[in-house]
Amino acid sequence: MGVQIEVDQLTMRYGDVTAVDGISFTVAPGEFFGLLGPNGAGKTTTLETIEGLRSPTSGRVSVAGRDPARREPDLQRRIGVQLQSSAFFERLTAVEQLQTFGAIYGVPAARLDELLEQVGLTEKATAQVEDLSGGQKQRLSIACALVHDPDVVFLDEPTAALDPQARRNLWDVLRGINDSGRTVVLTTHYMEEAEELCDRVAIVDHGRLLELDTPGALIRKLDAATRIGLAAEAIALEDARGLPGAESVRLDGSGLVIQTREPATVLAELGRREALEGLSVSKGTLEDVFLDLTGREYRA
Amino acid sequence: MSTETEPETGTSTAAPDRSGSSTGAGDARAARPLKALTLAMFKGFVRDRMTLFWAIAFPLMFLVLFGGIFTDQGQSRPADVIVVGDVSVIDDAPTQAREAIDRAIAITREDDLDAALAKVRDGDATAVVTEEGGEVTVRYSAADAVAGAQIQGVMQAIVQQANTAVYQQATGEPPAFTFTASQVEDESLQAIQYVTPSLLGWAVAMSATFGAAANLVMWRKSGLLRRLRLAPVRTSSVVLARVGVSLVIALVQAVIFIGLGVGAFGLQLSGWWPLVVPLLLAGTLAFLSIGMLAGAVSKTEEGAIGLANFIVLPMAFLSGSFFPLDGAPAWLRAVSNALPLKHLNQGMLDVMVREQGPSAIVLPIVILLGFAAVFATISARLFRWEA
Repeated sequence: MGVQIEVDQLTMRYGDVTAVDGISFTVAPGEFFGLLGPNGAGKTTTLETIEGLRSPTSGRVSVAGRDPARREPDLQRRIGVQLQSSAFFERLTAVEQLQTFGAIYGVPAARLDELLEQVGLTEKATAQVEDLSGGQKQRLSIACALVHDPDVVFLDEPTAALDPQARRNLWDVLRGINDSGRTVVLTTHYMEEAEELCDRVAIVDHGRLLELDTPGALIRKLDAATRIGLAAEAIALEDARGLPGAESVRLDGSGLVIQTREPATVLAELGRREALEGLSVSKGTLEDVFLDLTGREYRA
Repeated sequence: MSTETEPETGTSTAAPDRSGSSTGAGDARAARPLKALTLAMFKGFVRDRMTLFWAIAFPLMFLVLFGGIFTDQGQSRPADVIVVGDVSVIDDAPTQAREAIDRAIAITREDDLDAALAKVRDGDATAVVTEEGGEVTVRYSAADAVAGAQIQGVMQAIVQQANTAVYQQATGEPPAFTFTASQVEDESLQAIQYVTPSLLGWAVAMSATFGAAANLVMWRKSGLLRRLRLAPVRTSSVVLARVGVSLVIALVQAVIFIGLGVGAFGLQLSGWWPLVVPLLLAGTLAFLSIGMLAGAVSKTEEGAIGLANFIVLPMAFLSGSFFPLDGAPAWLRAVSNALPLKHLNQGMLDVMVREQGPSAIVLPIVILLGFAAVFATISARLFRWEA
């Protein structure tokens, strides 16, 4: 179980546009791997090349040691794909979708109940796909990707357009897929999702690989300052600036914000002065890493 | 099958044991996806009330409409004629002639001429006929000139016939000239004989074209085509599934049309009517490939259906699906010969109502398959997996 994926100097050009520009990485068997990047960064193109939908302009991709672009049935039977759009047969019920995909992959229909339960759709088994909610459709499309018990699963923005509750529900499902030893490759633009799920994260922008590491290491590397928030009246602005270890202090609408790399010192001093009203402390997140790497300008 | 010769890699692949299948594993691999796709498409079709309506109910509406209208016109009811007093040309006509007269006019008797004329004025009867000293008089209302002219013609023929009989009796010689008019096809020909095969041709063309066009665009837009591209299923299986579904739909349409035609409208089938099956197969292939072309060049379902309409509806008129083109100008008939539906209709008419045998479907089938090959090639060139 689990499949190794190698991407070596992958480049994709469409006319003058270079969608992917020399990306290389390796996904280990059983790893939960995240491709993170803003819209149009090239992560979907990269994923689709690994899935076998596109042939690279240059560079090499291999899945279990084989070229996915040849779309050999033997390799396809080991790959589960969940595409960006919800690709279903119109007006079939949830269980019929699974039956149809199962038959296409040549597997018996025995495990379907189990699969529906795994994605929490047991009660919707006989509902037509048009009557499912967005989150239910996403879960069904994941079940369709798992119907033939693949060794590697590709998920393209599986939680896009879901409300926070549905997203967290889905995370449990995704963790379950990986726990059974499968390799999972996921694209997302939700930082917390990558932080929550992925063993390693590749941050991609403008078709280039910017960083590749575990979420924890990426955050540490950023060496982000800790933000300490206080109520505006907790301490005078001048006093706050005089605190040992405080790098910057500013007053905004929500109160006083102190940035520091020595949170213990600052907090101890604040405690001594009994100036802890409205206290909040936050450490850097993957989002900070991401924004640090890709910039803050708006992209469609 | 090259994949069979390669060893199965990875023990954990989900490849199931296919030994239970009586056919070879290679066949099972191809057959199961095909069966599953066909079933999925078919369910999608029958669960959509709109497509059911357009494929079955809508053309059927036309059959009822055209069948009803033209059946009335075809066997026009005999005109109501009131006979006042003795009219020897009718009363004394020989049995055979009398039967012909009864088919042409419905005779009622009235003693009072004024009362009879009042009925004609009111439109309750078409004409009043009297005879006085060998002179037959027909009185009709100017309000219905057509019926009036008709009844004049009928009465003239009756008088003529009586004269001929008198002449024959007197001289013992047959008359020098006789006149017989009959329709070319069949004495029993009615409008339903024409509209059933032609409307069926149109219905099959329409649902095959629309089905393929809408199906292709829908699956491309939803990403299902991309999804299937990553599954171990051949493109040919996807196409064959569509052919199978459209063929079943065509046969269901044929059963309903012919059943309703025979059962409700007095359609009389010729002995060769089962030959519609190969014709429908060829026609379905031709229009599926036209639909695939419409689907390949359209971005949205609305666009695909609009384009299919734009192709099929004018073609139906030009191919004589709704009315015969015998009276159309020569150039129009030439255009019509370049259309696949014309040949489908022609073949259907030949084997369903014109008593023509297998030789009549050879040319239409060759032409339809030719259209299928050409359009399938073009659609394959223009085909896109992705939106």
